[in-house]
Amino acid sequence: MSDRPDINRKRRTIVIASACTGGAAAVATAVPFVASMLPSERAEALGAPVEADISQLAPGEKMTVEWRGQPVWIVHRTKEMLEGIRKADTKVADPNSERKKAELTPAYARNEFRSIKPEYLVVVGICTHLGCSPQDRFRAEPEAFASDWSGGFYCPCHGSLFDLAGRVYKNKPAPDNLRVPPYTYLSDSRILIGEDKKGA
Amino acid sequence: MAAAEKQAVTGAGPFNGLLTWIDQRFPLMETWRAHLSEYYAPKNFNFWYYFGSLAMLVLVIQIVTGIFLTMNYKPDATQAFASVEYIMREVPWGWLIRYMHSTGASAFFICVYLHMFRGLLYGSYRRPRELLWIFGMLIFLCLMGEAFFGYLLPWGQMSYWGAQVIVNLFDAIPIIGPSLAIWIRGDFVVSDATLNRFFAFHVIAVPLVLLLLVAVHLLALHEVGSNNPDGVEIKKAKDPKTGRPLDGIPFHPYYTVKDACGAVVFLSVFSIIVFFAPEVGGYFLEHNNFIPADPLKTPPHIAPVWYFTPYYSILRATTENFIWVLAFGVIAMAILVIWSVKNLRVRIGVGVLGLLLLGGLYYFEAKVWGVVLMGVSVMIFFFLPWLDQSPVKSIRYKGPITKIALALFVIAFFVLGYLGTQAVTEGRTLAAQIGTAVYFLFFFLMPWYSKMDKCRPEPERVTGI
Repeated sequence: MSDRPDINRKRRTIVIASACTGGAAAVATAVPFVASMLPSERAEALGAPVEADISQLAPGEKMTVEWRGQPVWIVHRTKEMLEGIRKADTKVADPNSERKKAELTPAYARNEFRSIKPEYLVVVGICTHLGCSPQDRFRAEPEAFASDWSGGFYCPCHGSLFDLAGRVYKNKPAPDNLRVPPYTYLSDSRILIGEDKKGA
Repeated sequence: MAAAEKQAVTGAGPFNGLLTWIDQRFPLMETWRAHLSEYYAPKNFNFWYYFGSLAMLVLVIQIVTGIFLTMNYKPDATQAFASVEYIMREVPWGWLIRYMHSTGASAFFICVYLHMFRGLLYGSYRRPRELLWIFGMLIFLCLMGEAFFGYLLPWGQMSYWGAQVIVNLFDAIPIIGPSLAIWIRGDFVVSDATLNRFFAFHVIAVPLVLLLLVAVHLLALHEVGSNNPDGVEIKKAKDPKTGRPLDGIPFHPYYTVKDACGAVVFLSVFSIIVFFAPEVGGYFLEHNNFIPADPLKTPPHIAPVWYFTPYYSILRATTENFIWVLAFGVIAMAILVIWSVKNLRVRIGVGVLGLLLLGGLYYFEAKVWGVVLMGVSVMIFFFLPWLDQSPVKSIRYKGPITKIALALFVIAFFVLGYLGTQAVTEGRTLAAQIGTAVYFLFFFLMPWYSKMDKCRPEPERVTGI
């Protein structure tokens, strides 16, 4: 094709070069438009830690705190509930919180009950599958989704199950345990969510 | 100059002067003839050929009602829900416009699904209509996007959590997923920023693309000509004198009148729904969407609107156990291709691809594959023109295997659609997995069963209705 005598090669080179330059300029122009869809400075700034007062939280009950627009659950676990977690050890996919440690489970929660104090569970109440908020099914009794249920959370969207330590059951759509946010005890009855002692 | 050369319009009406004036400055008569009065369509169109024009009618309804809705709607997370209620209760006739728009969304999908099914029945995607089919599929994708963006706008519980789930699908993509999801939302959770941009997509960006694609779809149709229930080309038998297809009739007035009759029946049904049952038992307007969005609480039972449920079922069916079925499917497909294709390069390529897929099935989480399968379940339609290897186009002349395969596919589509509206149980998950397998087998085995099927010979010319 390039051997055709009627083609002015110099002119063609200039056409290609100017088309490439124009194309590059057009692509560069797209950058600000694409970037304008990223979170704004205001959205970025709304990540401040929140404080929760757990003095009124009775054993067996749950409270929800909003942190970064997401629900954070605090569950006051009873002895029976902790027993239920032990029973679920063989049924959960990641009993020792080894997957995606840095992201999902801070060092101080990498224990049997995924918490600083066994009686208080603090997790982000957003299913790791597609982001629904699971429901409380705390009582250890046969459920439609599991005949041998030892208490936990049930995600209505796609049927993922979590135990009362937020550990995901095997062979469910959710790939990971519920996220434990960074948190710390300011006193026995006050928890700061979104920040821990090491500031990590 | 050109004005003087063109002939004057000599119609029966009183406007010949005006029409001539326009025609000498704009290709008015030429366009009219090319696309209406001298566009020859096969004379044997049946019931299934209503839904293309009906889809266009619904598009017009959606655009007109949509424009009037934007006059009162507020794309703001604190006001959106209330502004929809304001339209429903206080804007004069606002309820009618809103119900027309919400019913129109479902009606659009009904028309488009039936229009696509017509294509499956009569092989309308086959050569030379491959590109026409691809443009149609692009319209379908746009329509899905349009429906999804629009569904967030009322800012009810289903709007919010539906958007949360679908945007999180992108989060499953390895490496870039999480950043991509944040970019789409414009925030770390679905928020006011998300609502605002979805409004922009819903009212201007996607509709513009949609209109353009509809124009391109029609141009491609009029280039290749319409298929028909017999699947034979009417252009093969032309009148030697006029060059017109012997089995063709002018689109106008024959099919404009036919389509107008269809429109009357359609609008009657549409009106009955709008006036007497706009929610259609929670299928067109979901009950949970009458509750304002609450980012802290997912409703007890969430499901997408009916037109997305088949794909949603496929997503949910992909659990860890199902990966074994997929692995078996990949191996079986690879063996089948290697066995039936002689070309060495293709064999090696398929072998390598099969091994990569097998590795990937166990390397990535089941969640990733759920999203992939859902994507493939829609995208696979693009490849129909090449998957179908049958010597005939129309189901009328295809053999028993194709008929059974199509019937099974339709059943699987309905079963998956139903399951997608229901809460998950073990039995339903199993049913959805079987449905998913049937759904994909219909496409993946098509090159083989369509070829080996015992077809009857196509007639030379179109038959009756």
